[in-house]
Formats: sequence, C-alpha cells, structure tokens
Amino acid sequence: MKINSLADLESVKSKALAASAAMEKTVIVCGGTGCLSYGSAELASALERKIKDRKLNAKVMLKMSGCHGFCERGPIVVIEPDKIYYQRVGRRDKEKAAEELVETTLVQGKVVESFLYSDPVTKERMIDYYKIPFYAKQKRIALRNSGHINPADIDDYIATGGYAALVKALAMKPEAVIEEIKKSNLRGRGGGGYPTGRKWESTRKAEGPVKYIICNGDEGDPGAFMDRSIMEGDPHTVLEGMVIAAYAIAKGKAPAHGFIYVRHEYPLAVKNLTKAIEQAREHGLLGKNILNSGFDFDLRINRGGGAFVCGESSALMRSLEGRVGEPRAKYVHATEKGLWDQPTNLNNVETYACLPEIIVKGADWFASIGTKGSKGTKVFSLVGKVNNTGLVEVPMGIPLREIVFDIGGGIRKGKKFKAVQTGGPSGGVIPDSMIDLPVDFDELTRVGSMMGSGGLIVMDEEDCMVDVAYYFVKFLEEESCGKCVPCREGLRRMRQIFDRITTGNGNPDDMVMLEELCTAMKLGSLCGLGQTAANPVMSTINYFRSEYEAHIKDKKCPAGVCKALIAYMIDPESCTGCQLCVKNCPSGAIKGVKKKPHTIDKEICIKCGVCYDVCKFDSVKRK
Amino acid sequence: MGKIKLKIDGREFSAEKDEYVLDIAKREGFEIPTYCHNDQVSREARCRLCVVEARWQEGGHSRIVTSCLYPADEGLMVETNSEQVRLVRRVVLELLLARTPEAKGLAELAAEYGVGKNRFGADTDFGKCILCGLCVRTCREVVGVEALGFRMRGVLKQVGPAFAEPSSVCIGCGACYFVCPTGHIIMTEKGDERKIWGRTFKMEKCSKCGRYFAPKYQLEWINSQTGVAMDRLSLCQDCK
Ligand SMILES: Cc1cc2nc3c(=O)[nH]c(=O)nc-3n(C[C@H](O)[C@H](O)[C@H](O)COP(=O)(O)O)c2cc1C
Ligand code: SF4
Ligand code: SF4
Ligand code: FES
Ligand code: FES
Repeated sequence: MKINSLADLESVKSKALAASAAMEKTVIVCGGTGCLSYGSAELASALERKIKDRKLNAKVMLKMSGCHGFCERGPIVVIEPDKIYYQRVGRRDKEKAAEELVETTLVQGKVVESFLYSDPVTKERMIDYYKIPFYAKQKRIALRNSGHINPADIDDYIATGGYAALVKALAMKPEAVIEEIKKSNLRGRGGGGYPTGRKWESTRKAEGPVKYIICNGDEGDPGAFMDRSIMEGDPHTVLEGMVIAAYAIAKGKAPAHGFIYVRHEYPLAVKNLTKAIEQAREHGLLGKNILNSGFDFDLRINRGGGAFVCGESSALMRSLEGRVGEPRAKYVHATEKGLWDQPTNLNNVETYACLPEIIVKGADWFASIGTKGSKGTKVFSLVGKVNNTGLVEVPMGIPLREIVFDIGGGIRKGKKFKAVQTGGPSGGVIPDSMIDLPVDFDELTRVGSMMGSGGLIVMDEEDCMVDVAYYFVKFLEEESCGKCVPCREGLRRMRQIFDRITTGNGNPDDMVMLEELCTAMKLGSLCGLGQTAANPVMSTINYFRSEYEAHIKDKKCPAGVCKALIAYMIDPESCTGCQLCVKNCPSGAIKGVKKKPHTIDKEICIKCGVCYDVCKFDSVKRK
Repeated sequence: MGKIKLKIDGREFSAEKDEYVLDIAKREGFEIPTYCHNDQVSREARCRLCVVEARWQEGGHSRIVTSCLYPADEGLMVETNSEQVRLVRRVVLELLLARTPEAKGLAELAAEYGVGKNRFGADTDFGKCILCGLCVRTCREVVGVEALGFRMRGVLKQVGPAFAEPSSVCIGCGACYFVCPTGHIIMTEKGDERKIWGRTFKMEKCSKCGRYFAPKYQLEWINSQTGVAMDRLSLCQDCK
C-alpha cells in the first residue's frame, strides 16, 4: 500500500500498534550477527514451537530484532511490556531454554533466574533491561530501534514513529531542513566530525545535472560494528535519513540518486537493507513521487571492495565508479565534484541514523544533549579489558570514567587500568591520568587521539603501549593504498623500526626517526589514512615514553608482552610441585618431580604464558 | 576564470583563478621539485615533493598542500621553502632514496635537502621505480593504450603490464621509457629489434635516412587509429 500523507502513515501506525496491544506479551529474540552466532535463530524456532504447543499464540507475539549491543551475553531475549532482559539464553540447550522460558515466564509469569544478568562485581541479579549498568548510562538515538523492532517489517518501524520525520521534512522547504540540521550542530559520525548541515548546504548550492547521496557503510576500523548494527537492526532509519538528505540537497530539475556502500563482509546488513528498500518502494517512501510530494529519489546498494582505504570518501567514490580505490586530493570538495565529478553528499551510517530524530524532535532537543562543540550522542564499540564489552551509545561529553567503570563495569580480574585507545588506527591512547576526560570530538583531538568511528579499547597493566602502536602500524602498513610516498614508505619504515624495538634491537636513534616520520606523514600524506597514522605512535610516545626507553635501553618489556624481551621462570621458594603447569605447557618445557620445585627450560619455552596464567601459587614469574 | 592575486614567498603575482600553484610558481621562476608531474598528463600528487605551505590569512593557520594540484585563488599566500616544507621533502627524499638508491637524480636531490647517510637502510628489490605513475598515465593518456597499470596495494604496489606478463596491447612506442624520471624502464635496441617490458618488436627503417626509428607494430597501430597512410608514416622524426 502506498503512503501518500500523514493520515496514511498514522493509519499504518495505529494498526500496527493495535496489533501488538492485542497481545499480552511480546518476546523479542535478538537476531543480530552476534546472537545468531550463538544460535538465536534456532532458539527462536524452539520458542515458536513451544508457544504454539502451549496454545499461547493469541496472547504472545514472537519477533526477531537487531542487536542490543551486548553481544558477548547473547543470545539476548527481551520480554515486553515487562522489560525483562534475559541473556545467555540456551547457549547449550535451546530446547530446554525455550521450555523454561515459556513455562516459567509466559505461563506462570515468573522470571527465570538463570537467564538474568548478574553484575560481575556485586553478583546482584537484575531483571529490568534499563537498570542493567551496561544500559543505564546510555542514551540511544542512532541505536534507538535496534533490539526493539523487527528490521524486516516496515510496519514495526512505522509503529515506533518511523517515517514521520520524512513526512515532516517534505512539508518543509529544503532550505529549512538544512537550517534545522545546521542548528542541531550534528557532526559527521564517520570519523572527521565535519558539520553535516554545512556539507548539505554546499552540495545543495553546487550546480550539476545530477546529485549523488552516498551512505558510507564500509566500516573498516578493526573491532567497530556500530554501522553494521544499525544497517542490520534498523535499516529503515538509514533510508529515511538518506531521503531527507536527498530532499534537502536536490535543487531544480537535477535528479538525485543514492548509493549505500556496504562493507563486503556484511551479508546480513545487505539482506536487511535490500528488504527495507523493497518495502519502502512499495509504500511509496522511495522512488517516484515520494509521499505524493512530487519528489523522486531512489537508491541502490553497492558491496564494498574489501579494502580499509575504500572507506575514505574519495576512494569510496572511485570504487563506486568501478575504478581502483585510491583516494585523491580534496582541494576541490566532493560537494562540488564527487562521484563522476558531480556534486555529492557522503555521510556515515550513524550520521543518517540520527537525522529522523532530529527532524521529529527538533534541533534544539538534539543540541541540548552533549557539549559545546559536539552535540547529541556517539556510539562506541567498547572492547578490551573491561567486564562488559559491546556497543554503547552515550551522550557526548560523558566522562571517560563512566564509560570504563560504570558501563564497562571496570577492569577485568581486578587488574589496574592503564589507558584507553580511541578512534582505531587513526586515534591514539589516553593514559589513566586522563580518566575524567569528557569524551567528545574536540577533547579527544586535543589530547592527541580522535573520535574516529568510535572504537574504544580499554587496556590494563598487562598491555604494552609499544605493542599497541606496533599493532596499528602493521595494520596500516597492510592497508595503505600505496599511492603516496610518505604513507607507503613511511609506514613500512616505521614497522621495521618497531620490529627492532620489540625484539630488543632498537637504538636511541629509532625514537628520533619515528618522530620525524610521524611529522612528515601527518603533514605530507595525501589522505586521512596517512595523515592520522602517526596518532597511535605519537600518543604512545608522548604518554609512555619510558616504556619505549625500557624496550630500547634496558631491552625489557615492562608489561610483559613483547615475547623476545621476556622470560618465564619458576620461583623455587613458592613452587609446590603441583605439576599443573607441566600439564598445560604446550611445548613440554617444564621439568620437575612431583612435590619438588620445577624449572622451565628456556630453550624449549615458547613464551606463551600458559604456566603463568594457570599457576595457583603465583610461582611462575615473568621478567 | 578571471585574474586573481596571490603571494609566493612574500611577492605578489597575478594568475588565473584555479590555476595550479606549481604552474604559477614555475612561471615566476621558483624552484619546486617534482617527481610525479609532467605537463602532458593528468596530475595525481603521488610523490608529495612539490609540497608548499599555504595560508589564507597573514599569520593564520597554514596547511601543507601539493602545489601541483592546489588551485590558486585571491589572497592565497604560499611559502615554497618553509621549515615544514623542507622537512616533508627531506623525509620523502630519504624514504625514496632508501627504496631506490639507484634512481636517476635522486641522490643529488636528496643531498640538496640534507639527506646524508641513509638511516633506513637501502632496498634492492624495487629497481629504480618510485611509483610516480607517469608511465601509466602517459601510456593511457598520451599514447592512448592501456598497457601499463598498478598491481597490488600499498607497500607491495608495482607498476607494469597487467599480471606482470608481456602486454598484448603494448605497441612498443617507448613513451614510458622516455617519461620515466628515474630510469627504471629498460628499453634496448639491437639491429632491427627493440625490447621493452618483456616483448620484442621488429623495427622499421626510415624510408629516407635508413635508420631504424619505430616498431612496425606501432606504425600499423597509428595507421589503424588515425587512418594516416603507411607510406606517410615511414619517415623518422628528423626526416619529416
Ligand atoms: C582510511 C580511512 C577510512 C575511512 N573509513 C570510513 C568508514 O569505514 N566509514 C565511514 O563512515 N567513514 C570512513 N572514513 C571517513 C570518510 O572519509 C568520511 O569522512 C565520512 O564517511 C564522512 O561522513 P560523515 O560526515 O557523516 O562522518 C574513513 C576515512 C579514512 C581516511
Ligand atoms: S595516505 Fe596512504 S592511503 Fe592515503 S593516499 Fe597516501 S598511500 Fe594511499
Ligand atoms: S617505472 Fe618510472 S615512470 Fe613508471 S612509475 Fe616507476 S618511476 Fe614512475
Ligand atoms: S547481536 Fe544480539 S546483542 Fe548484539
Ligand atoms: S609533483 Fe606534486 S605530488 Fe608529485
């Protein structure tokens, strides 16, 4: 059915709401990539069968949603309207779990204790979704629907207020839409943080026979998956955001065309987006004469080329043109000469996902969240040595401490917090002394890191800062497109220097060379990859210089990570000869008689550290 | 278009709006090193040697840009030899010299920027190729054949015919050999044969002076592309 007006939209909405109101309960099984890998699809079909067996069909609705961000706790099941949050449901036995859930919760109305989240520190069990510390301090705008709606059902999106922003925007003048976005101060979520409204304005002003609207879903930062989550869990939000952008940018007779460039490895995102596009077309929300307004816009999906650098806007456009994905100089902006040299607006997935809420709730609402220079929220991919890992959306300006210790639940195994790394390969580390830093675009840049796409890796005393920089240098060396000299040759030389430092062959000149390479790459590289590649290196040098010096001068890795610089030995005083290490050592390097102190043969030891981890008496020492 | 005024190293010049800074600077007699630029082909800014420091306000924020692609506009101020400019050029040259110590002219230019002993160690496996891409663009844009291209990405990038096999579309014209700034491309001629990129071409004699001057295949190709008769193509450059 075509939706031609606000009234049409309202009627779809009220029908969908009535359908769910007729149900006593809704069981939402997470169908995001993480939970699917824990077998949530089988769990859902087991639940479906049990619900039928117990003749609950008329009272209970079962649906699959996108990701809740807490994938390590999958499969997640939520029961509405009670806000019951179940985690690790049926990791081992789906049938049994489904049986328990249906009997206990749906029939008897009680909670299944074993499915509840228990706090890793206090061990307290919690029922309410929004009271779980991982969620309590989050504020969800871009992720507002993910986990709640069925991404394959446009009515479910409309029921939560979907496409109301489009109706509202199409009733405004395009210039007024741009004004609203400018007033909201929304900055691009793809890395650079460029003001979205200004970008739209330039693209609108630029003259051309056609205009292009691109959604960047290439998401190449290691460990980041916020864009995937949105595309999988709430594809219509992305479409709605893009149509609003297209409407604001199109001018006169110049048609506008859209592309969603999706990372090669995201099949579920492609599937859900494809379905959403079909449904949006059927409903008259994409294609000719959208909402009977006379405005035409359609889009298609392109699969990414598989290279990290293809996420860079100019390389992405070359890739869409079917050419080699190499960046090019941006002295002339893409807003004037982008894809096929036509005016082009490119935004990130998360940026588009914020737009409908801004239009509906207003720029002032959005601008009331966040800090002076960074409004709204940002999704972070919280990983590393924290108790709770996953996707979290927080208001800009939130103190780093709250992300690490409240949402993240503190450092695993009671170890000491050392630093966080933000912004992926283009970002840097922030030391423990800055734990109260308000997290926003400008503050992160000020301390030598970056927002980037929102990677946030928490590190403890057992993480080596030299090794962290080395990891990103190796990553970037592999991903550099090789077009320009400072990046291509500079990264290779940097990596060679790190090869030396981490194996005890570094010399003091290496630090000088690293710093010079950093400066030259930052100033002289062609694209963002090379320009920011220095950040992981410079920030670790700035905040942890003594750790570099320990590697170079003392040939020691204080964190005990760089294998060539450490040795394992057994303290004869405290060793009880229990032989646990002997049983676990994969290389047979540990010798000794039962109940007598053991020794490690350095020639055979491969420094895997298993003995260190298993010893119950702390007798294995790392030096 | 239209005239604009800009400053280069403190002196004012007029130029066309959007004219590239490198072109203006060269016209006015400034020395800016380049390794991937040539007037005959498009610009890609690969080598980063032509960097200059650009600002729009006296004492304001500056940016390092590649002059070969930076469009001039009213009020632009550029420095062609600032400290930052020299640093980028010096590091780029040191990196290039480490990659291709034998590349033509490189050691001399590097020395001008104070590159002495090579701290990065010298590679031996890249020949003299600095990946400037001039051969690729010349072949495509000037000759009109696409016999050359880049293979692989990043540090593994290489230039040459597709799949590193002798190219079936190469016409043996040698344009890439002449344009290569470093002497990487090897072209040899012996008797009536020319060898380049793994292929051997039969050479044609100039019908007037009798010197071998062009591959037969190239002349046939020109004939097929332009319709110019073979007998008119049989004269060498000197005898035309
Ligand atoms: C090497 C490199 C990789 C990038 N990868 C991505 C990416 O995967 N996704 C993305 O949205 N932006 C990426 N960017 C940033 C884009 O170039 C661009 O700034 C952004 O998509 C613009 O959208 P926004 O204004 O909405 O942030 C990358 C940039 C660089 C330099
Ligand atoms: S900075 Fe790196 S990735 Fe970017 S153009 Fe240069 S070589 Fe390619
Ligand atoms: S062969 Fe010569 S012209 Fe071609 S890319 Fe290498 S250095 Fe440049
Ligand atoms: S996939 Fe289920 S919580 Fe992320
Ligand atoms: S000449 Fe400008 S970058 Fe090479």
